[in-house]
Amino acid sequence: MIPAIAVALLQLVLFVLLSPLLIGVIRQVRARLEGRAGAGVWQPWRDVRKLVAKDPVRAADSSWMLAAGPVTLLVSSLLLCVLLPLVGTLPLPLVPSDLFVIVSIMLIGVVALALVGLDAGTAFGGMGSSRHMTVAALVEPTLLLAVYALSIPAGTSTLSLIVETRLQNPAVIISPVSLLAMVALAIAIMAETSRLPIDNPSTHLELTMLHEAMVLEASGRDLAWLELGSWLKLAALLGLLGNLILPWGVLTEFTVAGVLVGLAAVTAKILLLGALLSVGEVFLAKVRLFRVPELLAGSFALALLAVTASYLVA
Amino acid sequence: MTPVEAGMLGQVALLAAAVAAALLVPARWRSRVGGILCTLLAAAGVVTGVIALSGGQGSLTIPAALPMDPLVLSPDRLGGLVMVVVSAVGVLASLFGIGSARVASASRTAWASMAVFLFGMQLVPAATDVVSFLLLWEIMTLGSTALLLAHHATRGTVASALVWYSAMSQLSFFFVLAGFAVLAGATGDTGFAALATLDPASWQAGLAFVLLLLGFGGKAELVPLHVWVPRVLPEAPGHVAAAMSGAMVNIGVYGALLVCVRLLPNGPAWWGVLIMVLGGVSALYGILQASVASNLKVLLAYSTTENMGLVFLGLGASVLLRRDHATGAADAALLAALLLMVSHAAFKATLFLGAGAVARSTREMNLDRLGGLGGRMPWTAGAFGAAALGAAALPVTSGFVAEWMLLQALVHGSRVGGEVVSVTASVAMPLAVAVIALTAGLALLTFVKAYGIAFLARPRSEKAKQAREVPLIMRIPLVIGAILVIGLGLLPGPLAEALASAVGPAFTPDVRTIGLAGVDARGIDVVLDPATVVAIAALVLVPVLAAILVSARRHPTRVSPLPWAGGGSRLRPRMQYTATSYAEPLVRVFDDVLRPTRDVEVTHVGESRYLVERVHVEQSVSDVIETRFYRPVLGLAQRFGILARRAQNGSIHRYLSYSFVALLVVLIVVSL
Repeated sequence: MIPAIAVALLQLVLFVLLSPLLIGVIRQVRARLEGRAGAGVWQPWRDVRKLVAKDPVRAADSSWMLAAGPVTLLVSSLLLCVLLPLVGTLPLPLVPSDLFVIVSIMLIGVVALALVGLDAGTAFGGMGSSRHMTVAALVEPTLLLAVYALSIPAGTSTLSLIVETRLQNPAVIISPVSLLAMVALAIAIMAETSRLPIDNPSTHLELTMLHEAMVLEASGRDLAWLELGSWLKLAALLGLLGNLILPWGVLTEFTVAGVLVGLAAVTAKILLLGALLSVGEVFLAKVRLFRVPELLAGSFALALLAVTASYLVA
Repeated sequence: MTPVEAGMLGQVALLAAAVAAALLVPARWRSRVGGILCTLLAAAGVVTGVIALSGGQGSLTIPAALPMDPLVLSPDRLGGLVMVVVSAVGVLASLFGIGSARVASASRTAWASMAVFLFGMQLVPAATDVVSFLLLWEIMTLGSTALLLAHHATRGTVASALVWYSAMSQLSFFFVLAGFAVLAGATGDTGFAALATLDPASWQAGLAFVLLLLGFGGKAELVPLHVWVPRVLPEAPGHVAAAMSGAMVNIGVYGALLVCVRLLPNGPAWWGVLIMVLGGVSALYGILQASVASNLKVLLAYSTTENMGLVFLGLGASVLLRRDHATGAADAALLAALLLMVSHAAFKATLFLGAGAVARSTREMNLDRLGGLGGRMPWTAGAFGAAALGAAALPVTSGFVAEWMLLQALVHGSRVGGEVVSVTASVAMPLAVAVIALTAGLALLTFVKAYGIAFLARPRSEKAKQAREVPLIMRIPLVIGAILVIGLGLLPGPLAEALASAVGPAFTPDVRTIGLAGVDARGIDVVLDPATVVAIAALVLVPVLAAILVSARRHPTRVSPLPWAGGGSRLRPRMQYTATSYAEPLVRVFDDVLRPTRDVEVTHVGESRYLVERVHVEQSVSDVIETRFYRPVLGLAQRFGILARRAQNGSIHRYLSYSFVALLVVLIVVSL
């Protein structure tokens, strides 16, 4: 029990430190590929420091949601970092890393962000919020079916057990069921974390924004929590994806050397995935908003195929 | 006399007192006296139900003059559970009614029929034979109809809504009556104990099952018998809508449970598939209509169809999985259906009461003209927000626990020990998961819209700007409702144990309390302890709060009347997103199902057609099932009626000749 709590705490600290760096790497790789110098990998950290040291400005008739929403998003993302098997798969007492619970904790953050967007009382905030929730609603079937498909080989929806099954039996990873589920899950994660091709994180045109439109009215530490919360979510979900594709290096039994290996492994996986994501995004354009459902329907079909294939193949 | 008998007699006495008070007490005191007596009547129901749920016995025999067996009321554990749920909603609704009832809803008819309605609803689950069940069922329907009729004088739309309601209730009643008649004909008795001896595989059982499912599905607002819901509930005042949508629908669920758990357990697989299809279609259709609705009460009404759909989905899965010998998953699915029923009662009652409070303060139910109520009505906003979390199935509410249990049951249902249980299950389970997931996603959007548009941002009309918080007597039930939604979500262990005991002795789901009141479903080996998750969240929150406090001391918040505002002016609240615009992307995505009619009218400035003076947009989404299914049937019936009118033209000569011909026919028949 104590080692599990220690690992969870380590994960939390590591991800708080790592997630801005991950964003820095993603932006820097993209800048270099596009022939720009880039702001350096530490720029997100400097942004957070700057934002926390500013007075937040809130609209006169906004409510407490503008202050509470960002904190809720941050806490939900921090909970993801505690509960997901990122560094190790040691189970916390009473709170197994149940995928359904994890998805719903993530959804609390999604809802908080949408309410922040609405509370600002401007057209852009409402627009971002509406589109964000539409995408979230349509992603949900893909997400849960991918969870279902992943749970079949392990016989449980507990993530730490799924990762351990994959570690012991690597053939599961390249089974068609798993591959289809991973592709579906990856698309769902791109949509959930507002990446290309669903949303353009570096857009400056309000009409094309989803995530950015909702945070337009936030400032100071409110904005810092929103940004940090979203970055943490991206880092945690990439970490999950990394551990599902390459489960090696994950700590399964507590040793000091194992912890160090686990920390290094998850850092390497996340940064690698981040760099890959960045390379992929250079070659992608944002899909028109009303084409997004088609993309999500495609990923849903993959997830459904994954589940049904599991009855034919395995 | 046992406590259960005393409780039921107490309900009869309180009904008499409440009706007498409603009729005799002068208008000034009527709402207070009537409301308090209705509250006591419902509270008596809660007490009786709790005793029956914990195993208390007792029966009330009503001798009948007709040549049939006496009517016996004796709630078993399942009946006790439903009685508790229904009466608890009744307590909240009656309390709220004390403060909110005005003019028409405070009339003699209204309070008397409220008492009759509550009484009928509370005692339907106590019935032990077909006759008393149907009798109480009709008392409930009659009470609710009269209750709605009280508003007939003030609003013109009530009449047409009531015609729909009466017709659909009688259609449900007909199905239930026919179903029970088939069962009684096959077994030769009307007692439930005797009906339960019928073999579920026989054709009579199958026919009765279909008829009963349609009848009870109609009461539970399932598609395609839901058409009365979006018409009737918006016409009802908040507390009546809460009682109908929070409590009465549970009687429909009780009926289905009666069939699948008590009368005909272990039915064939196609029963399960049929219930699942009915539930799945209702869930999807209900939430889709709710997500595009702009009227708050219509939104909540459709969301009831969705939730009841999920309850039936769980019930169907349990029937199917039990047939496939996946007993652990079947038990969990049944438990999930019960959890969904209980949590839906809590959050839907609170939501409708919240809508009632908004209606009282603003006289406006169109979300497009609300906004900014959070600061003006903080108690209502808080309670509505908590209940909306429950409706969106987010942690840590009872709605979340219920939906989690349902998903876990489905995921564990298709395989037992790594072996596929059946082809049907392995197709049905993933599809059911997908349906629930899409439903849950759309529910999120729906309730973000409902809460965000009504309570956040800036008021979109003068009425919303003038809103004031409701009086204390209306805030109390709102707060109790919100506490129930969160409390049941934090204590799923004891709740699940109580629910598991209710379906015994036929089924015995193996659930235990674990950790801080968490639930451990041992049949499928899953645990959930929301309180521990909350504790971890609180621990994580501590450093975040510390950082905020430090930052807030150095950098206090500035409030600006003109922040950035997307670069534009903040002066006009009409530039905000409305409920209609919020759902616009969804309307486009589901264009084929919703079939919205859109009308855009652009007025150009005289000098140039590139400048626009005014844009008028109108959009309406109609109920496809009503326009495509009911309207043609009604048209046919009307054409038949026109034909019949020729035979019945009011001429006395014609009627006399009809009588003469009839007499002749009778004489001929007799002489043969």
